[in-house]
Amino acid sequence: MSLDKEKIKHVAKLARISVDEAKVESLTKDLNSIFKFIEQLNELNTDKVEPLTSILNQSLRSRKDDISDGKIREKILKNSPKENEEFFVVPKVVE
Amino acid sequence: MSKEKFDYFIKGEKGKYEVVIGLEVHAQVLSKSKLFSGSSTKFGADPNNQVSLIDSAFPGMLPVINEECVKQAVRTGLGLSAKINNYSVFDRKNYFYADLPQGYQISQYKNPIVGEGKVLLDMPYGSKEIGIERLHLEQDAGKSIHDMDPSNTYVDLNRSGIALMEIVSKPDLRSPDEVNAYIKKLRSIMRYLGTCDGNMQEGSLRADVNVSVRKEGDTNFGTRCEIKNVNSIKFMQMAIEYEAARQVELIENGKKIDQETRLFDTKKNETRSMRSKEDAHDYRYFPDPDLLPLKLEQKLIDDLKKSLPELPDKKKERFVKEYGLNAYEANVLVSEKEISEYYEEVAKLSDKKLAATWMMGDLFAMLNDRGLDISKSPISAKHFAELVQAIKSGEISGRIAKEVFEIMVESGDNPKKIIESKGMKQQSDPKELEKMINEILSKNKDKVDQYKAGKEKLFGFFVGQVMKLSGGKANPQLTNEILKKLLKG
Repeated sequence: MSLDKEKIKHVAKLARISVDEAKVESLTKDLNSIFKFIEQLNELNTDKVEPLTSILNQSLRSRKDDISDGKIREKILKNSPKENEEFFVVPKVVE
Repeated sequence: MSKEKFDYFIKGEKGKYEVVIGLEVHAQVLSKSKLFSGSSTKFGADPNNQVSLIDSAFPGMLPVINEECVKQAVRTGLGLSAKINNYSVFDRKNYFYADLPQGYQISQYKNPIVGEGKVLLDMPYGSKEIGIERLHLEQDAGKSIHDMDPSNTYVDLNRSGIALMEIVSKPDLRSPDEVNAYIKKLRSIMRYLGTCDGNMQEGSLRADVNVSVRKEGDTNFGTRCEIKNVNSIKFMQMAIEYEAARQVELIENGKKIDQETRLFDTKKNETRSMRSKEDAHDYRYFPDPDLLPLKLEQKLIDDLKKSLPELPDKKKERFVKEYGLNAYEANVLVSEKEISEYYEEVAKLSDKKLAATWMMGDLFAMLNDRGLDISKSPISAKHFAELVQAIKSGEISGRIAKEVFEIMVESGDNPKKIIESKGMKQQSDPKELEKMINEILSKNKDKVDQYKAGKEKLFGFFVGQVMKLSGGKANPQLTNEILKKLLKG
């Protein structure tokens, strides 16, 4: 797999990372060399190996269906970009 | 009835087009707390009061799954006769929106908790099976409010993190009517199971609608458009009609249909492209590193299966067999769990067939007029059964029963009391009736002669006179018999 400049810009946009035009060239080069390194793994035959989603040989921990959290609006809303007693306030999102 | 009569096509200049529809239904799981946090799921709370640090995506918080939500998904899967997967994985679905604080939704992609299943629809042209592709668990997003401020959007995260089941159908639906039947059936199954309350006004059940069209007879699918987040059956039907017509027009004008996400504008009754979702399908799914795979013991699945309630299809079969109802009656009476329970209570105490007829007639009309659910019926099942029995035994006529019914609605009294206190009992004593009829005949000698001379439609006149004199209480069957006998003589 190799990435061109357009792909790099697209991924940056999806990730909401602003990338200087001047940096795109060097980023492309760096990322491609990382991919090349990772692609060495393709030399191994993994036909009969199950994909691994976790290295822990455990099952998912679960909890009972109890209400044990919430009612901390004041705390939560301290992170709102603008002040309001009830809501997060963000720049207008128009559909 | 023939299938052709109900076939749904869009007529273009150059022929007929079939509409192909698939639905992604988002059903809110009935649980006390959220999928990965202990915040309450209760509807209608003050904004942002049911939000934890997990729901608002504070750094370093770890999601822990709610075991009841998992069970609810399994129950629903079993109710859809679906394959339950012992192994499933939670993935991150990445997209950027103000009401999604994590920047990703925890969902299931390659390994959903439930696989293929089916839903049976009763259509006027027979039974139709709709395939279910999968059911997976995922988090709901928060709610954006755009109309509180001209330059800002307000965000309420109370809904953020509530468990949803996304139920994906195969593209098996062919008309707005089938979509209506499908949603109602799905809702009914989940309400029987107690896994989703199906309340569309509160957003507990909503759907993304995939629509494509193809020339009649074509076997390949056309390019589809996805209409996002439609929250009523009526809007789904309107959106499908608009969208199908739009696509046919594009095709007939030699234009290409873009595969895209659209929204349905309920005020203008049209669908339009959602430019903001241009990159929406680039979700970059990957397994959520915070969550291990979900492994279900077969025993848990088997136990849940054993504890399932009787579902509408089975109940319908039983109603036909046990109560002698026809398929249509049984279908209506099992459509809602509460309706079926009311009916069974009535049927245990009265004539089963007559009970069905009166429920589906007068009772439903009254509830409909008043906008009431059966659980709020002003007439209890016990009183209703007494009314049915009074009709069955001949104590009151059907006509009088309607009057008694009205009084029951207003007063909440039991029918026996009403019939007695208002003297509404049917006159069924043959001697009394004969006396009354003789009186009428002797007063109307001219009409009796005309009748005997062949003017037989006068029979109705005599019946009318008997009813008038008896205040509507004469037993109609008996009246007919006696009248016929006396007019012959």
